[in-house]
Amino acid sequence: MPIPATVWGVSLVASLLPLVILCPLAVSIILMLTGGKLPARATTLLVGAGMGLCALFAVVSAYSFLSGPDSLGSLHVVLWNWMNVGSFNAQIALTLDRLSLVMMLVVSCVGFLILVYACAYMYDDENIARFFTYMTLFVASMLLLVLASDLLGVFIGWEGVGLCSYLLIGFWYGEQANAIAARKAFVVTRVGDALFLLGMLLMATAVGSLDIPTLLAVGPHAAPRTLTLGMFLLLGGAMAKSAQVPLQTWLPDAMAGPTPVSALIHAATMVTAGVYLLARLHGLFILTPLAMLACAIVGFVTILLAAGSALVQTDIKRILAYSTMSQLGYMYLALGCGAWHAAMFHLVTHAFFKALLFMAAGSIILRVHHEQDIFKMGGLRKDMPWVFAAFLAGSAALAGLPLITAGYFSKELILGSAYDLSPIFWAGALFGAFLTSIYIFRCVFIVFWGDHRTHAHGKSGLAMALPMAILSVLAIGGGWMEMPDAIAHVHIFSNLLAPVLGALPEEHNTSLLILGSLVPIAGVTIAWTLWRPKGEAPVAAESPAIATLRADWGFDTLYDWVFVRPFMVLAHLNRRDFIDRFYDLIAALTQGSGQAVAKLQSGQVRRYAGWIAAGTVAALCLAV
Amino acid sequence: MTAADPNGALIVAVILFSLGALGVLVRRNLLFMLMSTEIMLNAACLAFIAAGSRWHMADGQVMFMMVVAFAAAESAVGLAIILRMHAAGRSTLDADTGNRLGG
Amino acid sequence: MNIMLELYGLIAIGATALAITRTIPVHGLLYLVVSLLALACMFEQLGAPFAAMLEIIVYAGAIMVLFVFVVMMINLGQPDQLREKGWFAGGAWIGPSVISILLMGLLVYGLNHNTMAVGTVGAVIGPKAVGLTLYGPYILTVELSSFLLLAGLVSAYHIGRRIGGNS
Repeated sequence: MPIPATVWGVSLVASLLPLVILCPLAVSIILMLTGGKLPARATTLLVGAGMGLCALFAVVSAYSFLSGPDSLGSLHVVLWNWMNVGSFNAQIALTLDRLSLVMMLVVSCVGFLILVYACAYMYDDENIARFFTYMTLFVASMLLLVLASDLLGVFIGWEGVGLCSYLLIGFWYGEQANAIAARKAFVVTRVGDALFLLGMLLMATAVGSLDIPTLLAVGPHAAPRTLTLGMFLLLGGAMAKSAQVPLQTWLPDAMAGPTPVSALIHAATMVTAGVYLLARLHGLFILTPLAMLACAIVGFVTILLAAGSALVQTDIKRILAYSTMSQLGYMYLALGCGAWHAAMFHLVTHAFFKALLFMAAGSIILRVHHEQDIFKMGGLRKDMPWVFAAFLAGSAALAGLPLITAGYFSKELILGSAYDLSPIFWAGALFGAFLTSIYIFRCVFIVFWGDHRTHAHGKSGLAMALPMAILSVLAIGGGWMEMPDAIAHVHIFSNLLAPVLGALPEEHNTSLLILGSLVPIAGVTIAWTLWRPKGEAPVAAESPAIATLRADWGFDTLYDWVFVRPFMVLAHLNRRDFIDRFYDLIAALTQGSGQAVAKLQSGQVRRYAGWIAAGTVAALCLAV
Repeated sequence: MTAADPNGALIVAVILFSLGALGVLVRRNLLFMLMSTEIMLNAACLAFIAAGSRWHMADGQVMFMMVVAFAAAESAVGLAIILRMHAAGRSTLDADTGNRLGG
Repeated sequence: MNIMLELYGLIAIGATALAITRTIPVHGLLYLVVSLLALACMFEQLGAPFAAMLEIIVYAGAIMVLFVFVVMMINLGQPDQLREKGWFAGGAWIGPSVISILLMGLLVYGLNHNTMAVGTVGAVIGPKAVGLTLYGPYILTVELSSFLLLAGLVSAYHIGRRIGGNS
């Protein structure tokens, strides 16, 4: 019997969707079980094949889904029933709608490119198998987070990516600083995880279900105060994952991990999980204006604080880390404004250009003997022209140079919606964009112009060059999916997401657009006047204010005094552990009685006979 | 000929049993401990016979014979162990030195 | 008749008490034989002549002779006698006595509260009745005790065999 093409497509998607997650998971498990016995070549081949299949399945299922009937709002694939307690029911189920489709494509395709890059980057590391075990496990967790239709499933993915982030930041655990950075990232994000869990449980009690479609349908009928509290808790969880003020301190230290990790986890995917989660729940989020305002304020503050810190960093990866925080701030601002399209669009373009920037930075670091201080580089434009081109493309996209970069279009969309909320937000975000273009081109001019201060060696191989080339194209051209009406009537991205997120709001003021276009150019110009090659080698400016900026506005010191030290004092006071006393008592009693009874086991027959007689006496006492 | 009242015999059995137990507990000489065990067995035999006499059933005597068989086996093994210990150099037959388990 | 039973009982108790307090094993054994003979007389008084004969033949005859053999083989001498006296000294008696007296008290107490009907006097149970019961309902037990005796024989032989060079 011939099957209608659409039905065939749908069943194809339903069968491919679990495979998208299973491919990286299978690679991870294989690598885990072989325990590093595989040679590096086989490992990289396995990873490449697994991730390639994952990306292929993602693309095929996306294509089949989009070519299916429009009535197909979302596709629900129930894998199995997890628990059924009273009226509460949780399933392990995957949902593909247009929102999760976009995110799935980003994670699988960008993930594939980054892992191919990583195969070359990590090829000589002796622990390459362990590295890819974590990396592929991360991709599987992230895909689960993206595709799960149940908040519990999302939570599994959420914890999985957190774990992998911890493991990968501390990948080179031989150095204590790396291990400490990993622990810090874990502890700080754990605060967010606890909030997320609380929010989830609150939702479960208020709504009676954690299924996201049910939540969106039934949630609006819950008590407004409960809903607001729940959304605040979920927002807190998202903020910690996305390194937003005041839970941002872990991200700069997380740069201790290998650079592909920074590209994949701390730029493209994991840190945007919070944004995605809030976009998933936008139907509830929009009912809680207070939470939205808080979200916008958090994003706004983070943009400015992080951009300020990025301006004075000397470590190339820390510059990128602060810029990631700042760009995530834009996404939170957009979410706070209710501009879901803008947030998601910026998420996608940011994934392109930030992954590209990290890869380019990784190539530079690899070729200048693991030097990360930009003031010790210089003149690399001639040594590595292709890396320079890629870094320039990423920087231009990050700065949002008008028309020719992806970052421009997504940032404009956010700026426009911020203006709708309040001109103050707009002005702040615009100033943030100005700072962005200054700090990233400061980095570009110092690293690539001027005299040689370090010797670059080797070449970046094809496995590194190809992903960078692809991402460069995307960083430049990815923005043409969505353009303001004043430039061209292209709305591919917002039309794609329209069934989930609704139609794009009203068109914005053209004068705003022009201002937004001029600011990055002004920023680049200022950067050129300040840091263009001037004969002598540039040095990092030093002053107490700059030191504070560089140290993340003193957040670390503050937390050290407010949280860490009191905790250490408490821990010191309780070093004998009051609660353990009780268990020690039990242990001592057991030990004492054991020793007492062991004395009975003397080996002397007469004593045994005595005990037998005594036992007989006791038994007779009971009997007569 | 008729049999006597068994109640007195039971009292005697109890006293003998207690004496046997006292002997086992108080003596350190293995030989005497074994003898005390025999006394306790005999006390049990007496109780069996007395009960069998009271209910006029032969089972008491059957049990007596089982006990005798058991006592024969037990004293044979016990005495063999005593001989072995003596041969191994433990000339004192002190039960309290037998707590090492080795040879 | 009752007087006779109690008389034999008193002899048995006295002989036993002497048996467990002797320092010389052979003396103890002799008192034990007296005790066993008194018991045999009690059996006879209780209407169990077959058991009485067995008690004399097997117990006082065979098993006690076994003891005597062993005593002769291990040849305990004068020092042992002194040592045995030493073991009796001090508080060695206190604990065992307390336990034994408690045991006896409890058993007697139990007897007085669950008495068999006093004064019932049954007839003698002869060897024929015993034989019929033994090889009737108790045939399995007979087989089992034959196993036991065989096992005792084998293990006694094994344990008591002459040890090789490394005794």
